[in-house]
Amino acid sequence: MISILKSIWVILSYTFKKPVTVQYPEERPNLAPRFRGRIVLTRDPDGEERCVACYLCSSVCPVDCIAIQAAEDDRGRRYPKSFRINFSRCIYCGMCEEACPTLAIQLSPDFELAEYVRSNLVYEKEDLLISGPGKAPAYNFYHMAGLAISGKAKGQGVGEKAPVDIHSLLP
Amino acid sequence: MSQEIIWAITMPIIALLIPLSMGAMLIWGERRLLAVWQARRGPNRVGPFGLLQVVADAVKMFFKEDWIPPFADKKVFVLAPAIIITTILLNFSLIPWTPDLVVFDSSVGLLIFFALSSLGSYSIALAGWSSQNKYALLGSMRSIGQMVAYEVFMGLSLMGVVIQSGSFRLIDIVNAQTNVWNIIPQFIGFSVFYIAALAETHRLPFDLPEAESELVAGFHSEYSGLKFGMFFVGEYMGISLMCAMMTLLFFGGWHGPIGPDIFWFMIKTCLLIASFILLRASLPRPRVDQLIVFGWRWLLPLSILNLMITAVVVLL
Repeated sequence: MISILKSIWVILSYTFKKPVTVQYPEERPNLAPRFRGRIVLTRDPDGEERCVACYLCSSVCPVDCIAIQAAEDDRGRRYPKSFRINFSRCIYCGMCEEACPTLAIQLSPDFELAEYVRSNLVYEKEDLLISGPGKAPAYNFYHMAGLAISGKAKGQGVGEKAPVDIHSLLP
Repeated sequence: MSQEIIWAITMPIIALLIPLSMGAMLIWGERRLLAVWQARRGPNRVGPFGLLQVVADAVKMFFKEDWIPPFADKKVFVLAPAIIITTILLNFSLIPWTPDLVVFDSSVGLLIFFALSSLGSYSIALAGWSSQNKYALLGSMRSIGQMVAYEVFMGLSLMGVVIQSGSFRLIDIVNAQTNVWNIIPQFIGFSVFYIAALAETHRLPFDLPEAESELVAGFHSEYSGLKFGMFFVGEYMGISLMCAMMTLLFFGGWHGPIGPDIFWFMIKTCLLIASFILLRASLPRPRVDQLIVFGWRWLLPLSILNLMITAVVVLL
């Protein structure tokens, strides 16, 4: 009996509390940077595409919404010739972001993907690419990795030792 | 003379429009109040403060398909929602909003009120039966059990009021409260009547006939379109009716310090309606057996005790 009156009193005290509602179209929600929204492809600090078309994101995608075609440029760098995400299938799980070895694919706090036509939700590479480095401002995969590309031989990367001479007997 | 005739024609129309508009406003008012008590905002898009939400709802309901299931007992199915609206509107004709604004000033008004609100349970029984749906039938079975149980002491709890004022006439009962409202000498009677009124109108926490989590929508599961709308508005008008009755019987009706009579009546009724909504916002639903046991074991003895004490005090 007393607990019933107490709960009525608690609810009545809410008369003077502010509603928690965010009046969305007029008032924008304050979303965290790690919010899982629309997927973007970022660039490295030098302004070049990060994606190396390794297919890890499209393999890990549980709904198979990512389609990639790989290619290689004249410097020996791999890049995606086409990169297509079908946002009408995407479930925003973020597994592609976790799988990406070059931090290229990232989920952004934009969630306003409403469209009248379903086919408009298929985003091509030019729709996905952004001009900045996204959540990892300093990371440049080719500077870290021990991969030789034109302009950088093996052992010239950041914090990288010169390759071991396998023909020498000295330690 | 002609003025009297005009009043005689307009008065019933006003008396009919008051409950209809109260029922309509409650659809919006309940959602807004529930939102306040749940730290939300509620409908606030259509019109100022969302006031036109009622219009939007009505238009939507009007254009919906009015589907009668092929397996239903068609005649009874159509009749059931009409009964609840009819009984409640007839009940409103008994209510003296002010000393002048009363359609049917009967000397046994309170008894007619009981008779009509008992008839209202036929609507729910027939709706559940004619739907040929197990959930609807279960809902109406619960409803009948609940109404039969709670009508007994709803009547008994008001007998104290009747003894004190010595009349079944609602105007006499209000006039007997000029000095002190009935809620003070009749507090037990009020408490029992309040709980019984909650059960009569199927309001939470006693909304077992419509328990969504168990019975889809209870007795009106199969109803759609305007027939559902009749049950919906009927429920809200039932709340208004019960709150208006409580105002008349326990809160001195139209009596107030200054200002027009109708204003005081409406303020008291609206506060009582708000308290109904507050209970909906705060209390969980009991089990069926708990509800029935609570009624017979506690409320019935309490109302009989109240009746006996009042009778003894009045006799002395």
